[in-house]
Amino acid sequence: MANRIPRVPVREQDPKVRATNFEEVCYGYNEEEALLEASRCLHCKNPRCVAACPVNLQIPDFIAKLAEGDVQGAAEIVAKDSSLPAVCGRVCPQETQCEGSCILGVKSEPVAIGKLERFVGDFAVSQRSQNRGESEEFRDFAESQNLSTSSDPTIPLRCMVPPLPCRGRHVPAGSGSAGIAKIAIIGSGPAGLACASDLAKMGYDVTIFEALHKAGGVLEYGIPEFRLPKEKVLKPAIDSVKALGVKIETNVIVGRTVTIDQLMDEEGFKAVFIGTGAGLPKFMGIPGENLNGVFSANEFLTRNNLMKAYRSDYMTPIHAGRKVCVVGGGNVAMDAARTALRLGAEVHIVYRRTEVELPARREEVHHAKEEGIVFDLLTNPVEVLGDEKGWVRALKCVRMELGEPDESGRRSPVVIPGSEFEITADTVIMALGTSPNPLIARTTDGLETTRRGCLVAAEDGATTREGIFAGGDAVTGAATVILAMGAGRTAAKAIDQYLKNK
Amino acid sequence: MYTILSKEMLTPNICRMRVKAPRLASSAKPGQFLIVRADEKGERVPLTISDYDAAEGSVTIVTQKIGASSADIISFEAGEAFADVVGPLGLPSEFLKKSPEELAAQHYIFIAGGLGTAPVYPQVKWLHEHGAKVDVIIGARTKDLLIYTEELGAVCDNLYICTDDGSCGFHGVGTAQLEALVAAGEKFTQAVAIGPMIMMKFSTLTCRKLGIPIVVSLNTLMVDGTGMCGACRVTVGGKTRFACVEGPEFDGYEVDFDEAMRRQTQYKAEEAAENEHHVCRIGRGK
Repeated sequence: MANRIPRVPVREQDPKVRATNFEEVCYGYNEEEALLEASRCLHCKNPRCVAACPVNLQIPDFIAKLAEGDVQGAAEIVAKDSSLPAVCGRVCPQETQCEGSCILGVKSEPVAIGKLERFVGDFAVSQRSQNRGESEEFRDFAESQNLSTSSDPTIPLRCMVPPLPCRGRHVPAGSGSAGIAKIAIIGSGPAGLACASDLAKMGYDVTIFEALHKAGGVLEYGIPEFRLPKEKVLKPAIDSVKALGVKIETNVIVGRTVTIDQLMDEEGFKAVFIGTGAGLPKFMGIPGENLNGVFSANEFLTRNNLMKAYRSDYMTPIHAGRKVCVVGGGNVAMDAARTALRLGAEVHIVYRRTEVELPARREEVHHAKEEGIVFDLLTNPVEVLGDEKGWVRALKCVRMELGEPDESGRRSPVVIPGSEFEITADTVIMALGTSPNPLIARTTDGLETTRRGCLVAAEDGATTREGIFAGGDAVTGAATVILAMGAGRTAAKAIDQYLKNK
Repeated sequence: MYTILSKEMLTPNICRMRVKAPRLASSAKPGQFLIVRADEKGERVPLTISDYDAAEGSVTIVTQKIGASSADIISFEAGEAFADVVGPLGLPSEFLKKSPEELAAQHYIFIAGGLGTAPVYPQVKWLHEHGAKVDVIIGARTKDLLIYTEELGAVCDNLYICTDDGSCGFHGVGTAQLEALVAAGEKFTQAVAIGPMIMMKFSTLTCRKLGIPIVVSLNTLMVDGTGMCGACRVTVGGKTRFACVEGPEFDGYEVDFDEAMRRQTQYKAEEAAENEHHVCRIGRGK
């Protein structure tokens, strides 16, 4: 019985060693391990994993190909639904999505779908770079993983440009004598990249506008190198989107450098997709938050990820201090904590609920603990205390207990009276979540936002203004990479429909 | 590519560059700033916009050699290109919203300190072109550090030059010159101070004493400049504001300057270490 094989463990960097470097924590499966793990799938008639995936990845199908040893075939199936499998295999919260609904998980461990997706995604990357003959690095990678490559090196492997999900030849709207319709995508994060690739595959002329100097959005500035290697994984993923014909213009802040109206009226874009994410950091509003040594997780992570502060050859300064308190319990809190640890600090996570309620992926919490991060749970800061020079010296906290469940279903924490105490620290990092940037809504007439600053959009991404669509965190508030990708794909279909009906 | 069209040294340490950035040039307005990243390994450095020319597609920046990053920017020559130039950032000056009648009724006094003289230029030019009465006080330590005297002289009603050592113009600081002008009967309706944080603090104290409203332009720390990092937090009117998106200009009376000055020093230790170990990368990639 296939399901009698225990879940194949994944090799990881030793916690003591990785706590001092920024190299990837998880090594992923090699081919032998991947094929063995793939053989555990039961191929359910009604696969719950597919329904639980925001992009409905055909999970049993690609795993079946993989189990046969046809990695290329598996990659082709994955490519139909995801332009970023190497990314999603690494950062998706599989335990609450595909793996969380895997039937094997009822009695034992679910199939390691994420690790298999990553294996297939990395294979596709190595194939692409081989086809272009650009990088020796990826060939080495493929060889190190014992991946089967073409038996005859003179025959070029089939290009891994993902095939179209639709049947027959897709004819984009406006492909007549007036030329192919131009579409503007604002933001090069997961939502924008997914939307852009689908539209490019349909044949549209797509340009992504990115405010920062590098494409990738949160994948570039937010998620650290040790979880998502930039050169090895993210850059090839973005290159694959560019290979579809998508243009990326960096250093364009839509709303300041150019407005949506200018793009549509003066530059001839027929439709716009807004995938600007949720980039504004929240603070607690407690006394002492503007002391020196208090940072948003966004600042801390952007300095280290986008601006490469951890590398001595880059000029970016970063302040990790000796003892850091990271306030919050989400993935961003874990990322900030583990980054500070790698920069040499002792790190405490301060979170007001218990471990069960931590919103972070289970794997991140597990890795953080292994690396020596201390969790101060049921603890809530009430003030940041400073020294005579205005630098942080301690975090004043109160102890909490769990009360009744709130509207989100989580039990809300209640302060235990008289429980105030101090945690000594010279750095405090606030990782309390983020909200959408109001810039585009403020500079575009007719775009409605919710009370929380999110863009109002229908199921298919249509905003309150004709021709303008939106998706991802800009609509939902801070969520996940895969949900943003799903929203980008849905909007791509709606944009195609809109342009055809116009 | 953001090619440098021209470069000139205004003083031994202050450099003016005209840089190709067409999108930015056509949308820049007085009061806004931009960010330059000289090369792949450089920092994102916020700089004020000293001028812009939409027709040519160029912006003018003025940089002073202070640390490793500004030295890197200055090391570039005409014909070379910066890796990144992005903007315009921040809100345009409030006076852009005023009607011609309102502008005609105003008498502005600009107090410019050191490098802060450069961003005063587009503001004064705009006001002058729109019919407001504008006087300018330029302050510097000594004569050789004065910049933009001719340019400003051409677009303002009265130009007052002050040097700390008396080597040119009024002997004393800009605020002393302001007090002298008011004592002599000048009636200013609005002051604008741009310069080092300490100079803006004292300009604000003086204006408060003289009963003149004052706007200051805060040069805080920043990474992205789009509201993402929060490094630029300042307390204004008791509330935390982001200078990059809600500023850079604020009502001087409301700004907590002591906190703002303290926050500017946050990476001093790290920057000192960087300056010490900085390997000059001049000539990179050629």
